[in-house]
Amino acid sequence: MISTSDHLISREKTALLEFKSIQYRKTILSLIYSAKAGHTGGSLSCVDILNVLYNQTMNITTKNFGDIDRDHYVHSKGHSVEALYAVLLDQGFYTIDELNTIEKYNSPFIGHPTRSIPGIEQNTGALGHGLSISVGMALAAKMDHRDNRVFTIMGDGELTEGSIWEASASAANYKLDNLVAIVDRNTLQISGRTENVMAMESLDEKFSAFGFAVRHVDGNNVGELAALFDTLPFEEEKPNLVLAHTIKGKGISFMEDNVGWHHRVPTDEEYALAIQELDLAEQKVENSNG
Amino acid sequence: MADTTLSLGKTNLDFFAQTLIELAENDRDILICTSDSRGSGRVTPFAEKFPQQIVEIGIAEQNLVGVSAGLSSMGKKVFTISPACFLTARSLEQIKNDVAYSDHPVKIIGISAGVSYGALGTTHHSLHDFAVMQAINNIDIVAPADNFETQKVIQAAINHPRPLYIRFGKKAMPHLHNVETYFEIGKAIQLTPNQDSYDVVFIAIGETVAPAFLASQDLVSEGLKCCVLSVHSLRPFDELAVRQAVEKSKVVITVEEHSINGGLGSRVASFLMQAGINRPFKIVGIPDEHTVTGSQGEIFKHYGISPQGLAKTATQLLEQR
Ligand SMILES: Cc1ncc(C[n+]2csc(CCOP(=O)(O)OP(=O)(O)O)c2C)c(N)n1
Ligand SMILES: [Mg+2]
Repeated sequence: MISTSDHLISREKTALLEFKSIQYRKTILSLIYSAKAGHTGGSLSCVDILNVLYNQTMNITTKNFGDIDRDHYVHSKGHSVEALYAVLLDQGFYTIDELNTIEKYNSPFIGHPTRSIPGIEQNTGALGHGLSISVGMALAAKMDHRDNRVFTIMGDGELTEGSIWEASASAANYKLDNLVAIVDRNTLQISGRTENVMAMESLDEKFSAFGFAVRHVDGNNVGELAALFDTLPFEEEKPNLVLAHTIKGKGISFMEDNVGWHHRVPTDEEYALAIQELDLAEQKVENSNG
Repeated sequence: MADTTLSLGKTNLDFFAQTLIELAENDRDILICTSDSRGSGRVTPFAEKFPQQIVEIGIAEQNLVGVSAGLSSMGKKVFTISPACFLTARSLEQIKNDVAYSDHPVKIIGISAGVSYGALGTTHHSLHDFAVMQAINNIDIVAPADNFETQKVIQAAINHPRPLYIRFGKKAMPHLHNVETYFEIGKAIQLTPNQDSYDVVFIAIGETVAPAFLASQDLVSEGLKCCVLSVHSLRPFDELAVRQAVEKSKVVITVEEHSINGGLGSRVASFLMQAGINRPFKIVGIPDEHTVTGSQGEIFKHYGISPQGLAKTATQLLEQR
């Protein structure tokens, strides 16, 4: 992990972010539980990153959403849409009643991000597209001499798509230091451990060789994430690559690092247990911050 | 409504996976290639039984098809299994060049096809696969309607001399045929008794044959004469069966879980037009618009791909004559 001591964010801010992460996890689980569908593990692993991006790092709001100068976000691992739905709900892009139509007949809230939903700017769901789209967006910003940035989160299983590496070459070729590619490194995909399905390590060396400035971070630690993103761009004229080491299913003991929870839906009992664990976590955050 | 009930079988995909295990017992050259799709392809039991006969490629559908072509060129009997949406879009160039053009008889298995993925949305739907496959020379195209057609096509696939695309849905299918039914890739099956004339002929493919059949039963109970053809093969296409049924009928309805452009309906229309056979004609499928969101059943209902919807379409077509 990098040393982030130079860029510490305040204890209050960290506590607020931690609190939000717990709320987001509750929303994710309740969405999946009521829709009886969804991608549980991958939403829980990336939600802390989304939390920090939307609440600390990126300047994307309901007010400036129509403004091309703001930062941009592409949810490349589109299946983890519940995490994005939870965060955008909190940002005020739509109401809980609208979101609760999820998966129902004629609802815009389907199992992958679509542009028919306020706050979402690219359609994703087929893996391995988000980085290329982000390269295009970052390239346009460079062409027009804007200083905004483009962020994207990819899955680690997703990295086996060849298009990721085509996009990587172009990101470095065009010196896109305004591009921030984040890998949700939870070491699991549908069929098991990523290294057993298709060995890809060393990811650090691969992305470095392609020309990225690579950084590692605990992707479930909001304080570390916020501090790291404060140091962007990591190096002049190099695209940024964050290997965010996460735990799939993070926050719910029986879902953590368990391949079965990729797209499992909790039973009544499991849902109750999960909410109980999150209530406890919430109390802990409240107690430690008076 | 006629209360025709059909007994429910397994999902065609489960039946496919089971049949493949039976065949692989005696044939070590049978290989499965997957792209993090062994679970959704129902081949985890196959992988446990024959770990040497499954090749995992990871989430890399282009590489999946390229590697499959290479394995096939060396004499392996390759079943390449991945969601139809990715397989027939992302890997289309590999299918066109490395499989079809190069004449490597890979069995491309598109799973959870059509709108089987329901509310996962358009990225996960394959409403284009019949169209693109039909525009590529040298790949046969089959979408079985029930477990029987599934078993027969897999048995035939093992030694099929040409590249083959087989398309499966995700839900359990009713039994439509008895075990004595004749099956051959490229030969349509008529589900209804042969008659001298019909009011309506339904020409359906894959998992829309069942609703078409149920619609026909409703119409029969109202005194109409119906013919239902299961055209499991889009290529080779059974022009003779289509001609014979249509020539005896007043109106024609095609049914498919596919875009109304470039699929079964277009194929039938193009054949009939060029053969000079003219009938009131309706292509039922997914229209050229952003597909409505919802489950597969809700999407079907929305677009009239249901027994009620199809019976209504038939009645309207007959009235408009
Ligand atoms: C092109 C493409 N192929 C296959 C899939 C099906 N799919 C959805 S999620 C997934 C596994 C993703 O694993 P990973 O990228 O590690 O995501 P995470 O662990 O963060 O959920 C697969 C294969 C897809 N959505 N897109
Ligand atoms: Mg993963």
